[in-house]
Amino acid sequence: MKQSRIWSWIILIIGIFYFFLPLFSVFEFSMRMVKDKYTFQAYIVAFSDKAFYENFGFSMLWAILTIIVSLALIVPTAYWVHLRLRRIKPLIELITLMPFVVPAVVLSFGLIRLYGKPPLVLTSSPLLLIVGYVTLSMPYMYRAVDTGLRAIDVGTLTEAAQSLGAGWATILFRVIFPNLRVAILSGVFLTFAIVMGEFTFASLLVWPAFGPYMEEIGAMRAYTPQALSVVSFALTWISIGLLQRIGRGAPGQGQIAGTR
Amino acid sequence: MSRTSGLEPRLSEGDAPPARPQSKSFDWAWIGVTPFLIYAIMFLFLPSASIFVRSFQGPDGGFTLQNFATLFSRTDIINAYKTSIGISVLTSVGGAVFGFLLAYAVVLGGLPRFLRPALLTFSGVASNFAGVPLAFAFIATMGNAGLVTRLIESWTGIDIHASGFTIYNMWGLSIVYMYFQFPLMVLIMAPALDGLRSEWREACENLGGTYSQFWRYIAFPILMPSILGTTILLFGNAFGAYATAYAFSGSFINLVTILIGAVIQGDVLYDPGLGNALALGMIFIMLLCMLGYAWSQRRAARWAK
Repeated sequence: MKQSRIWSWIILIIGIFYFFLPLFSVFEFSMRMVKDKYTFQAYIVAFSDKAFYENFGFSMLWAILTIIVSLALIVPTAYWVHLRLRRIKPLIELITLMPFVVPAVVLSFGLIRLYGKPPLVLTSSPLLLIVGYVTLSMPYMYRAVDTGLRAIDVGTLTEAAQSLGAGWATILFRVIFPNLRVAILSGVFLTFAIVMGEFTFASLLVWPAFGPYMEEIGAMRAYTPQALSVVSFALTWISIGLLQRIGRGAPGQGQIAGTR
Repeated sequence: MSRTSGLEPRLSEGDAPPARPQSKSFDWAWIGVTPFLIYAIMFLFLPSASIFVRSFQGPDGGFTLQNFATLFSRTDIINAYKTSIGISVLTSVGGAVFGFLLAYAVVLGGLPRFLRPALLTFSGVASNFAGVPLAFAFIATMGNAGLVTRLIESWTGIDIHASGFTIYNMWGLSIVYMYFQFPLMVLIMAPALDGLRSEWREACENLGGTYSQFWRYIAFPILMPSILGTTILLFGNAFGAYATAYAFSGSFINLVTILIGAVIQGDVLYDPGLGNALALGMIFIMLLCMLGYAWSQRRAARWAK
């Protein structure tokens, strides 16, 4: 038993090493802009670029739009399936798992080919980008909401609200949504983390975003891209940290989104 | 009898009437899921179906198998599939083995309890830290001016990149992919290891079984579907990845996703028909993964409470 504990420590130390070495390296690298000295010069340069704020702002906008569309699409559907259409639950689950079958590159390819020319041209609006992001975050969002719905008695809540004279909108917004607060918030944080650093859809559908901006800077300069990468990591860390703080139950459950 | 149309439920004299009215020709409850279904059809099903149809179309729109003939005759495409599959197998098996060991060490390996939530948090972050910033982090680690490269040089005086060694190949990219692969395994295996009930262990001990026999005959067979399923998931995870590979090495490493990206960006080496066939090949492999995953999930559910 003693020996197995030594092995446990060895495995854990390798894991910690693997996790922190690249992070430490990229941080160290970002500090080396001024020769022979560690400074935050690269961060000053990165944050004084106007394009940084533009692209970051666009990513924020995409994230917010994605979250709105995703919530509007998934929460009522999941609620309705729980309440009235339990028999099609497997079908809905299957659809939400589609991002695993159709990776981001393939989906953007299909979307561009299909909606890039008449009769329906959508490539000139950011709609396809939002669609891509909503799809990408769908497995997580659906699972989070589904877990939340399972924990509450949807039928009784709905009937209680109805017998008090509530309409569907009141039921959704004032009864179901508040009861799903934790589930929805964890879906929102993960969606945010996914969209903020996303590269594939934004790059292939040619929309400004933080991901492609980082890549572009990476091809042009040294040190600042590393600084941006530290910023991006901090964002992921904050989102996932908040996610795990609020959703204390079953952390492993739904943190599996499609490939990026 | 004459008034009975085919639509009415046929009841013979002795049968009790059904407790509930038989389902009508249209169930209005479906209205509630229409927006979602329309979304799925427009933005998931149709794009995939169009890839399928168009991969059988020539430039003139007629039916052809030429795209697939070309697909299998071009060595660059065959090599791209080989590299993509190679990296995916390597990092899914590697990630599964290491992730399992790590989850085991923390859940059952006798380590302090506070490490558990910490590891799960780190795994949650790492499995989501993919794409451009991850690629940059690894370039800063083992690239030409990376920390590890410089440390090795200052300790041993050897510049590892001088002898033609490069990290911008399949092996280097595999090291990068491992960063988001094994944490995913940890996230799925930790709860599964928790699910191993102590009664099973005790029953095994009471029957005179050793700890290794417990693993060999009880724990592994129970966990096998989860392990296999997650490995398949990791395979798909690596196979579909684009951003990380692109930011790490540009189009230096020939992956299927990189080729499809090149088609989208208008690379003349690949005509659209070929692009469709490339994408279809990818969907096909991913579909196989999902079927394997679904099968393993069904097997795994057998032992759930």
